[in-house]
Amino acid sequence: MNTPMDTPNTASTSGAGTALDARLRVDRPAFSLDLTLAAAPGEVIALLGPNGAGKSTALRALAGLLPLTGGHLRLDDRLLEDPDQRLHTPAEERPVGVVFQDYLLFPHLSALDNVAFGPRCQGLPKRAARAEAATWLERMGLADHASVRPGRLSGGQAQRVALARALAVRPRLLLLDEPLAALDARTRLDVRAQLRRHLTEFEAVAVLVTHDPLDAMVLADRLVVIEDGHEVQSGSPAEVARRPRTDYIARLVGLNLYQGRAEGTRVVLPDGLAIATVEELSGPAFVAFPPSAVTLYRERPQSSARNLWQAEVTGLDLHGDRVRAELAGDLPMAADLTPAAVAELGLAPGAAVWASVKATQTHAYPA
Amino acid sequence: MRNRTTGRDRRGTNGGSAPALPRRRQGAHRIPVTLLLPALLGLAFLILPLVGLLVRAPWSGLSEQLTSTAVWDALRLSLISATAATAVSLVLGVPLAWLLARTELPGRRVVRALVTLPLVLPPVVGGVALLLVLGRRGIVGSWLDSAFGITLPFTTTGVVIAEAFVAMPFLVISVEGALRAADPRYEEAAATLGASRLTAFRRVTLPMIAPGIAAGAVLAWARALGEFGATITFAGNFPGRTQTMPLAVYLAMESDPQAAIALSLVLLVVSVAVLVGLRDRWMSTP
Repeated sequence: MNTPMDTPNTASTSGAGTALDARLRVDRPAFSLDLTLAAAPGEVIALLGPNGAGKSTALRALAGLLPLTGGHLRLDDRLLEDPDQRLHTPAEERPVGVVFQDYLLFPHLSALDNVAFGPRCQGLPKRAARAEAATWLERMGLADHASVRPGRLSGGQAQRVALARALAVRPRLLLLDEPLAALDARTRLDVRAQLRRHLTEFEAVAVLVTHDPLDAMVLADRLVVIEDGHEVQSGSPAEVARRPRTDYIARLVGLNLYQGRAEGTRVVLPDGLAIATVEELSGPAFVAFPPSAVTLYRERPQSSARNLWQAEVTGLDLHGDRVRAELAGDLPMAADLTPAAVAELGLAPGAAVWASVKATQTHAYPA
Repeated sequence: MRNRTTGRDRRGTNGGSAPALPRRRQGAHRIPVTLLLPALLGLAFLILPLVGLLVRAPWSGLSEQLTSTAVWDALRLSLISATAATAVSLVLGVPLAWLLARTELPGRRVVRALVTLPLVLPPVVGGVALLLVLGRRGIVGSWLDSAFGITLPFTTTGVVIAEAFVAMPFLVISVEGALRAADPRYEEAAATLGASRLTAFRRVTLPMIAPGIAAGAVLAWARALGEFGATITFAGNFPGRTQTMPLAVYLAMESDPQAAIALSLVLLVVSVAVLVGLRDRWMSTP
């Protein structure tokens, strides 16, 4: 009841360096997670990855809802879990706040009592806990909804109550599981902006789990991309978006990505095909280019482009005001066109085309 | 509505002569007679005895029958012991249901089977078993007698014990079902907010499964109120002390059938009241 809340002071004095230092190992028969996470105070980390990659497992392990089978978890220089020492601090004794995917607001309690739940569990008298909760709701712009039961809150309001409830325990680690997934597209935009503001104000470490790259890029200072329980890439959102290292990320950020060996200003793919680039590199490398950089022709063009390949259209999809064409061939790729161009070229699934990409529009980087 | 009238028409007009005709007219929408007839028979079977009770009730002398002290003693004893048995079931049964639903108790299946056994066990057998354990010379009873001077059989406490033995499984099953239906992640959410397992149970789980607990309690109460076999075996039949309404009805049937009918009416009214209460408050919630 009392020890977890003593840590913030010691943490802020020890100050710099890592507030979160974790190696999360969870071994199960069909799945294993092995993830190293470190974060400074105030940092927001997004765990990004496809379904089943182990994001939620990592979050549950951080929260103490799932015991580690190996590794360790240290928060503000306090060792919370270390299976080797048979140390497992249960969830209720960790200075951790969680915003669950579907919020899990207690349906029988008002918004105010939901937020007051944590402070009360920490030993605050009922009246003080409620006053504290009222402050949090006010900060979230929900003062008018204090007496409302969760069932009558809108998705965006419920999300903010859940955030207030998690923050009211004054956590040193805030965990958010797909915080925007339950919202419709319109409220999502607003809530994302608000959440960004609250996360910026939050002085301790926040870890959020998402499969939405946009959420991750807007909300996080650093992305950690997980696939199959392991980190495949980490870095700032801009870095990851510009230099994806797996197909999953490339697809998320809308890039065509290939891996091969760089030889000067060209990257040779495993099957012998070469892509002309402008960067001088050697050794294992990635090449990426956006679908909008691809130009399609029905006839072989009289062009000087060094990157020219034959392909077959396998699918056409409307994305906003652009049409995304999926191409199969020596070099599978996605290409963006205007609807007018699609009509002009008479494109349909099965159509044979020539695709060209200017070397200046590719981006090569070491693997 | 439409189906029912046409079904009746068909039986009336066609008899059994032209079974092909209605099929052509109504297709798949008609109710097959092979289902309708036994269904109506079943309905009559369940309702007619109750109607008979109302028809044969000594309405004129009813007030006299019901104001006799013997009736009031039995009714009072029944209500008190059934309520006490329900209270015992709640105090012991809710934690037991939690244990069955939320923990990895070794041999949980066996435990659950044992818990539900009194549901199917003939109550008389339950009464005999209780006597063997809690009776004066029983395994626990002899010790209770020698150490504390407590005797349970043939006392009002004995009535409560017999009724609780028979009624508690209803509560346990009902509450366990409610617990399984309740999302355990709410308890996890409570834990991340600093709630111990007990606090989470008290402040989150319990309020969330309250409808299930209430439904189970009402079921257990109704079962306790009607309990006969275990009660008469374990607690006997002493007016004012262990003679509950069902026992009084049975006894009156031999000496004064009119009184038996009157007593039965009272129990019927109480049961209907319970059912109405159950429907209004708890039947709508899962």
